[in-house]
Amino acid sequence: MQFFLEVLISGLLSGVMYALVALGFVLIYKASGVFNFAQGAMVYLAALSVAGCMEKGAPLWLAIILAFVIMTLFGIATEKFVLRKLVNQPPITLFMATIGLAFFIEGLAPIVFGSEPRALDLGIVDEPIAVILDAWDMVISKFDLVAAGVAALLVTALALFFQYTRTGRALRAVADDHQAALSIGIPLQHIWAIVWGIAGFAALVAGLMWGARNGVQFALTFTALKALPVLIIGGFTSVPGAIAGGLIIGASEKLAEIYLPPVMESMFGGNFGGIEGWFPYVLALFFLLVRPEGLFGEKHIDRV
Amino acid sequence: MFKHRMSALTAAVSIALLSQAALAAEEQFFPVLSYRIGPYGANGQSFFGGFVDYLSYVNLKENGINGVKITWEECETEYNNAKGIECYERMKDKAAISTGPIHPMSTGISYALIDKTVADKIPMAMVGYGRTDAVDGSVFPYAFPLVTTYQMQASAIIRFLKEKEKGHLEGKKIVFLYHDSAYGKEPIVALQEEAKLNKFELTVIPVAHPGNEQGAQWLKIRQENPDYVVFWGWGVMNQTAIKAAQKIGFSRDKIVGSWWAGSEEDTVPAGDAAKGYMSATWNVAGKDVPLIADIEKVVYGAGQGNLGNTSKIGTILYNRGVSAAVLSIEAIRKAQEKYGKGKAMTGEQVRWGMENLDISDARLKEIGATNLLPEIKTSCDNHEGSGKIKIQQWDGTQWVVVSGWIEGNKGLIHPLFKASAEQYAKEKGMTPRDCAKEM
Amino acid sequence: MLYREAGQFKTSYAADQQLFPIRQDRIGILILLAVVFLVIPGVAGDYWFSAILIPFLIFSLAALGLNILTGYAGQLSLGSAAFMAVGAYAAYNFQLRIDGIPILVSFVCAGLTAAGIGILFGLPSLWIKGFYLAVATLAAQFFIVWCLTKFPWLSNYSSSGVISTQPLIIFGHAFTSPQEKYLLVLTIVAVMALAAKNMVRSSTGRAWMAVRDMDVAASVIGIRLMPVKLLAFAVSSFYCGVAGALYAFCYLGSVEPDGFSLDMSFRILFMIIIGGVGSILGSFLGAAFILLLPVFLDIALPWAARLLGLPFSSATVSHIQVLVFGALIMFFLIVEPHGLARLWQITKEKLRLWPFPH
Repeated sequence: MQFFLEVLISGLLSGVMYALVALGFVLIYKASGVFNFAQGAMVYLAALSVAGCMEKGAPLWLAIILAFVIMTLFGIATEKFVLRKLVNQPPITLFMATIGLAFFIEGLAPIVFGSEPRALDLGIVDEPIAVILDAWDMVISKFDLVAAGVAALLVTALALFFQYTRTGRALRAVADDHQAALSIGIPLQHIWAIVWGIAGFAALVAGLMWGARNGVQFALTFTALKALPVLIIGGFTSVPGAIAGGLIIGASEKLAEIYLPPVMESMFGGNFGGIEGWFPYVLALFFLLVRPEGLFGEKHIDRV
Repeated sequence: MFKHRMSALTAAVSIALLSQAALAAEEQFFPVLSYRIGPYGANGQSFFGGFVDYLSYVNLKENGINGVKITWEECETEYNNAKGIECYERMKDKAAISTGPIHPMSTGISYALIDKTVADKIPMAMVGYGRTDAVDGSVFPYAFPLVTTYQMQASAIIRFLKEKEKGHLEGKKIVFLYHDSAYGKEPIVALQEEAKLNKFELTVIPVAHPGNEQGAQWLKIRQENPDYVVFWGWGVMNQTAIKAAQKIGFSRDKIVGSWWAGSEEDTVPAGDAAKGYMSATWNVAGKDVPLIADIEKVVYGAGQGNLGNTSKIGTILYNRGVSAAVLSIEAIRKAQEKYGKGKAMTGEQVRWGMENLDISDARLKEIGATNLLPEIKTSCDNHEGSGKIKIQQWDGTQWVVVSGWIEGNKGLIHPLFKASAEQYAKEKGMTPRDCAKEM
Repeated sequence: MLYREAGQFKTSYAADQQLFPIRQDRIGILILLAVVFLVIPGVAGDYWFSAILIPFLIFSLAALGLNILTGYAGQLSLGSAAFMAVGAYAAYNFQLRIDGIPILVSFVCAGLTAAGIGILFGLPSLWIKGFYLAVATLAAQFFIVWCLTKFPWLSNYSSSGVISTQPLIIFGHAFTSPQEKYLLVLTIVAVMALAAKNMVRSSTGRAWMAVRDMDVAASVIGIRLMPVKLLAFAVSSFYCGVAGALYAFCYLGSVEPDGFSLDMSFRILFMIIIGGVGSILGSFLGAAFILLLPVFLDIALPWAARLLGLPFSSATVSHIQVLVFGALIMFFLIVEPHGLARLWQITKEKLRLWPFPH
């Protein structure tokens, strides 16, 4: 039981890490209907900017600010030079363009900041919390708890921003209905640039967390792959959905990795570990069969 | 301005033409299938940086191999099998005249090239990776898993642990944590045999590619509470494992990685967590090796270095690239002894050289490569040549060698290769060479 | 002038329903076939066959398969590479397990196996659409590749999981040279491409397009969605499966499950987007573009860097390749979102009048 709890908690906490990446997808999809595959590459770019600036001698806080500036500028440039020119194209074309963007970033970032893997030290040692370890013999990572706190902060900040600021409300209006938003005088392109800036910020937070966890390197782009099933379960358009989806995926994936392979081994013989690659997707698929628009997604009604 | 550029252009063209003419005077061509981008790009940069730098070094220092200038062409494979084939086919025609061995540095690409290299008579070196049963040269005449193989390495690591436990592994528990691909799966057979022999308990735990999330695996390890973890990772999986071990409080000095899980690229991103972590290697890190220091002086002094970032010189993978190039050049020297000094060697001739390598410690000392390689002696039925490794430990800033040469259990492992090679020959319907006649 | 349809009268239904109703198209196709079957084998070298032409044809076939599903039936899929893997491993196993089975038969069986699995993973398309479906097809991508690694029976218990394909022997003749392999692949691809061309204008193809354009409307006019969608998945997977078998047998010679990665699926998707969604010709143009562009950049960039005397390290040149590749993809999407096939269509329209202005 104690082991089960340990797995569950560690799963939930790594789910938060997935959710951090998924948030960036949600923000952009909600506001502009673009499924931004480059989000993973943006996480990489953000983390690399921080590490690169620190290598040049900047302290952590300055590096983060500089990275934020870089990400915002990059987001705005993307909107201006790529997506604005693709307005009214089918979603798949936009999706493809973001894959092209991912390639672009994957080529550009190492040229600017170098490609060797680096450590990113946020000053949090990733060790089991001693008190819990002693009392219940349970491993809970300090770092993961901090990450969960950061995610909570980010979601709260985003929620407040969307709820109470003028720009935030405009963003929600755009997300609801482009046409209507335009007709009441919300400058659409302006808004999209802001969304890409915010998505860049989300990528920065995810990049900091993932970079500190596994090192700053190319493989950060793979974080996007874990975020996709999170999106399906949570729905492409819901911020709380991303968090809930992340928790569900994280926990079930870890539990499955521990408890499923032995079952399969007794059925077929052989070694069946390493199911984390596909399990979240299959789980997401089953969710879809029950709720085709995701847990928190908006119900879509077709009219002919 | 325009005129200037034109004259520069004509100069460039005439230089190109001149070098074309020089090709008629003896030149040894090297097809270099390198990769510098993608998830493993950082590893490739160090390895191929070292490889190419040594080729430049031989040109600058000794004016080529016995006067034969070395030329090379690089092609970016992106660690992708299909791209690797394209690169190989592109260079094939050039390599038909004279060629150094190909080093794909990718198990997948080497598998895809096995049959092609035989047909085209181009030798392929797989230094510490690739198709391991190619140790049996009677079935694989053109493929050379030089220095040592995954199976021999696994066996040597077990021997190291056994010595650490004062000769007894009985009743111990060892977890094998591996990248779920051809690379990670190869050693399992060897470890199972070793487990039977040494009566330790072996648990194998796979990690799905790319391995950037290993929470579940390490919790399982925590539950198993093994005495040691033998670890076969590549790329991001390495740092993640080290960090994840710290996360559950598993002591890093009980983890022994393979030689692809033991470079600065793996430990530096893990930060302090990597302190104490051990891995296999056959080459030391650092610039104390005379050859490495000399390369930096000669090649980078002449401004012909291949690396953009010179801080990589002397890293594990850089030095390993140099060691791979040393093997190639020595094979060509050997071939020249038989087929004519001062001549460019064809693939067939180089193949002979690789099959008759005999690099002693004295020779290594002569070229300043002591500690870059173990002694190597290849033959038709042993394309591996050594089977020895050292164990190194990360002290927080650099790799420190903590053992002497350790050889895997040849009597146990080599028959496995033989059997696997025989099965391959049967599937392909080919008759192996008779090694007795090759002497 | 060159492409004038005026004056070509059809006097029978058969003439009106033929595959290429316009005379110029028929002549063009015949010339094209003559060139690829007769001229190219005589002039191209080994490099062109084994590094460019064979993979080009194989990826065209895979792109064609995806185009049937995505371009005609409107179901976005990100799992094409996995279906290729099914084809490759199935063909290998049919050859291995059934004594004396002709290789072409095992290719067909491999296609059918892929089709069966395609139907299975197509089932969710009955409930879900768009990007949700796309991400769901990723389940196929990861799950299939995982299965191929985990069931050692499928790779005949090879310790590494890598399979080496059996020799290609058809009617006692061994296809070993790149040229022979090219002709074999070309024949298969040509037949399947013509079949696809025929299929998409049949009632099946029209049903697919109706579903693509609006499935609710399609079902209102009496198209049964389930068989139509599943058929699209089956046919598409069949094409991908055969492409996978060819990829293993005629191109690489030895494959591992990890080779059929998500990256490859994306590449195939790129091909149809750049080439033209919903166009047979586009699948070929897109495959050519996506395959040739990196090769071109790989050759041109280091050359340009040397010529201009730019102090780029090899690593930087490699990174610039990726950057330029990404930039060109975006550029093409912006300039011609309907793909290269659309450019060809525009050319044809221009040729109708050319050289006269009106």
